[in-house]
Amino acid sequence: MTRMILQRLAGALPNIVGVVIVTFLLTRALPGDPAAYFAGPSATQEAIEQVRVQLGLDKSLALQFGLYLKDLARGDLGNSLSTGQPVLAEIRARLPASLELTLCGLVFALAIAVPLGVLAATRPGSWVDHLCRVLATAGVSLPTFFTGLLLAYVFYFLLGIAPSPLGRVDVAYSPPATVTGLYLVDSLLAGDLELFWMCAKQLALPSITLGLFVMAPLMRMTRASMLGVLSADFIRTARASGLPRLQVLYAYAFRNALLPIVTTLGMVFSFLLGSNVLVEKVFAWPGIGSYVIEALVASDYAPVQGFVLTMALLYVALNLVIDILYGVIDPRVGVQG
Amino acid sequence: MSLLEIRDLSLEFRTRSGTVHALEHIDLAVDRGETVGIVGESGSGKSVLSYAAMRILDPAARITRGAINFAGLDVLAASEHDMQQLRGREMAMIFQSPRTALNPIRRAGRQIEDVLRVHTTTLRAALKEKAIEALARVRIPDPERRYSAYPFELSGGQCQRVMIALALACNPQLLIADEPTTGLDVTTQAAIMELVRDLARARSMATILITHDLALASEYCDRIVVMHAGHVVEEAPTATLFRRPRHPYTAQLIASTPTPEKTIASLSSIPGNLPDLRRTDLPSCRFLARCERSLASCGTQPLPSVSLAAAHRVHCFHPL
Amino acid sequence: MNAASANSTLRHIRYVATENPVTLAAFALFTGFVLLALFGPWIAPYDPLASNTAQSLKPPSAQHWFGTDSLGRDILSRIIVAARLDFGIAVSAVAASFAIGAALGSLAGFYGGWADRIIGRIADTIMAFPLFVLAMGIVAALGNTVFNIILATAIINLPFYIRVARAEVNVRRNAGYVEAARLAGNSDLRTLAVHVFPNVLPPMMVQISLNMGWAILNAAGLSFIGLGVRPPQAEWGIMVAEGATYIISGEWWIALFPGAVLMLAVFTFNLLGDGLRDIMDPRTRT
Repeated sequence: MTRMILQRLAGALPNIVGVVIVTFLLTRALPGDPAAYFAGPSATQEAIEQVRVQLGLDKSLALQFGLYLKDLARGDLGNSLSTGQPVLAEIRARLPASLELTLCGLVFALAIAVPLGVLAATRPGSWVDHLCRVLATAGVSLPTFFTGLLLAYVFYFLLGIAPSPLGRVDVAYSPPATVTGLYLVDSLLAGDLELFWMCAKQLALPSITLGLFVMAPLMRMTRASMLGVLSADFIRTARASGLPRLQVLYAYAFRNALLPIVTTLGMVFSFLLGSNVLVEKVFAWPGIGSYVIEALVASDYAPVQGFVLTMALLYVALNLVIDILYGVIDPRVGVQG
Repeated sequence: MSLLEIRDLSLEFRTRSGTVHALEHIDLAVDRGETVGIVGESGSGKSVLSYAAMRILDPAARITRGAINFAGLDVLAASEHDMQQLRGREMAMIFQSPRTALNPIRRAGRQIEDVLRVHTTTLRAALKEKAIEALARVRIPDPERRYSAYPFELSGGQCQRVMIALALACNPQLLIADEPTTGLDVTTQAAIMELVRDLARARSMATILITHDLALASEYCDRIVVMHAGHVVEEAPTATLFRRPRHPYTAQLIASTPTPEKTIASLSSIPGNLPDLRRTDLPSCRFLARCERSLASCGTQPLPSVSLAAAHRVHCFHPL
Repeated sequence: MNAASANSTLRHIRYVATENPVTLAAFALFTGFVLLALFGPWIAPYDPLASNTAQSLKPPSAQHWFGTDSLGRDILSRIIVAARLDFGIAVSAVAASFAIGAALGSLAGFYGGWADRIIGRIADTIMAFPLFVLAMGIVAALGNTVFNIILATAIINLPFYIRVARAEVNVRRNAGYVEAARLAGNSDLRTLAVHVFPNVLPPMMVQISLNMGWAILNAAGLSFIGLGVRPPQAEWGIMVAEGATYIISGEWWIALFPGAVLMLAVFTFNLLGDGLRDIMDPRTRT
């Protein structure tokens, strides 16, 4: 088991290297004057030269890369022009908001897609099956930002069910004491159920919007995977042994069907992390998505670089977790791999 | 009364390309303790018949007539709950391709425990012990280690032993072995068949051996049932069948089975192929197109059941 | 393809089309969009860039079928003209992605060894990023232009084509007719281009169609957050962004119509892709 985990870690290293190199290239080695980018649109020629020396942009590319790595190792991602704060600190402060949103979106998507997919597979040709297929095709056509707006319009403006889409907490309340930064967890830890519900309500529309897009591939994969497994030989053996239907379905069929679903999670996270930005803009969610959008508007470049790096490293970490999870579920991996 | 009695069973499959008339007017009886072989080409319906007996047919299958009785219970009328009680406990089955027939991500011992847990009142704590016992009974070397093994860590022969352990864990009265040795090397084949025979004898367990290998059937079965294209064409005690086959198909099957005495040149093959069972105009005797002894009545008159001697029956208008 | 197989292809297409009315509808929609993209500027009733503050924020009416936005511009006209931009971006990006990706992937599959490893590394590095984030990074770094949107979209789609091309070429690399072509004196490159590649094409068509939908979503998403297309240009994503602030106060038409059309376009490409898959599947691969 540990050997498998170490193997996976080793496999993730080239990706981390790649990410660091690409983010470096994106900021230092592209056409235009990087110093001007970092100095900002209202900088004087003097200020630009200062930034140039500060960031070592007057040195050779190799040296620059070395400086870049050194800064990264110290956690120095530069400072935001508009706020003057270190980018790393701001990202760290806002990351939990985005994480909470992404996690809730994922949970929502899984909670709907997986049972529906299993149902569709056990009842091929039924209305559930057809519903799944239509949802799967329609789901990937939905532009996330548009869905968010639609949901906000219908459920907030028209029906008045959802709260005003203006962030994580209603203006009348104050957020829970920070333990993890995840408001749902923190409010439960503080024992404040009313606050918990209020935060959950604020989370509802944004996470549904985020989850809708990834529901489609998850449902499709669950259905296909279950169908494949249900017709496998060992299911017939299980039936012939008199095992009860539910046990066969869960312990035998579903756990085997999980494998391709777990693999799909990689692509799902790519979508989730990317669409995060769009949803945060629509719902004024104070996560790193809004942070980078504000920075883009102000032509504030250091936060953008920090954002790309953070999201990419987060993605590498998530993929690592998925790989390890796969190895835990499937004992054949690592031996035959 | 026989342990398993199948009377006049007819079965069809609804598929997109038509209805497949998989079985027609099948009569089969298996007594306690006896070993019956069902032989025939691929597609003759041997496996489907056994799935019907256990009621683990594909949902597209429809039983259009007939009855199946197991130990006095009407299988076709029984509830799914009752059938679940029977399967694995009173009647069990082992399959070909043993490695794919086992759950690939579950340890061998666990799979045996699953069956024990459902069908017996064994205490949790005793389950592991019983599972290892079951493995020991099928002569697996080092059963404690094999208990924790995954199927991919076992050889084909070991997987088959695990499956036999699984099937026999609750001491069933009937074991159906569907091509259990196909895909195994010859030495392992012999070992597996010996194992099955010894276990069956020790428990007075009835066995149905489904195979396309006539030689295998001749060695391990008391009685042989020959099937062709969804029909039973002949059944007889083994010795009688080989000494004096009465159905043209049986005779040809025997003639095309290699034995040490025959040379390659003297081997014959059976002309033609199995008829397309989706046709609605199938002749009464489905062997008609491949038979050299066909008469006019073979295509139109319902197939007779001719009793030739004790326990020797043939379904033919013009037996040898 | 000789006459006989062309004939049977047509027959099969007709069979699939009649069996599957949805695919037929998708084809019709696709044609509609293409026409819109080609002839948009001449069809649009108003000048998409002409602002008329007296007419601002007017709901749909007989004069303005889709209403007007905050600057009094006719939304219908802007949507029609945006079709050309969005389709143009999608087609260019997917074409570039396909051409380069297929070339790289074919080389990797054909030669193996170093080429395979390097090209594989490139693909893996791109895939190590959440794709939209990488697109954001590229456009932010290179500047807000339509060309950069196309470039970014093309880059993030590369690994996909590389992978498919590599797999397909790998499978066919040792086929009989490839050996024959080599023996006949064709250089490796020529063998690859003339003999292997045409057979790799059909399975890729399905993905190209699906990718088009994705490319449009990508471009719209980038524009929505302010990257790439700049006002006053008309593009579906940026129009939704402009309408976003008004939807909460009830002026729904500014965001709804562009969004709905965007959805329809992507949906069309997805359906088309599924339909193409139905046509391709039963065909035996050569």
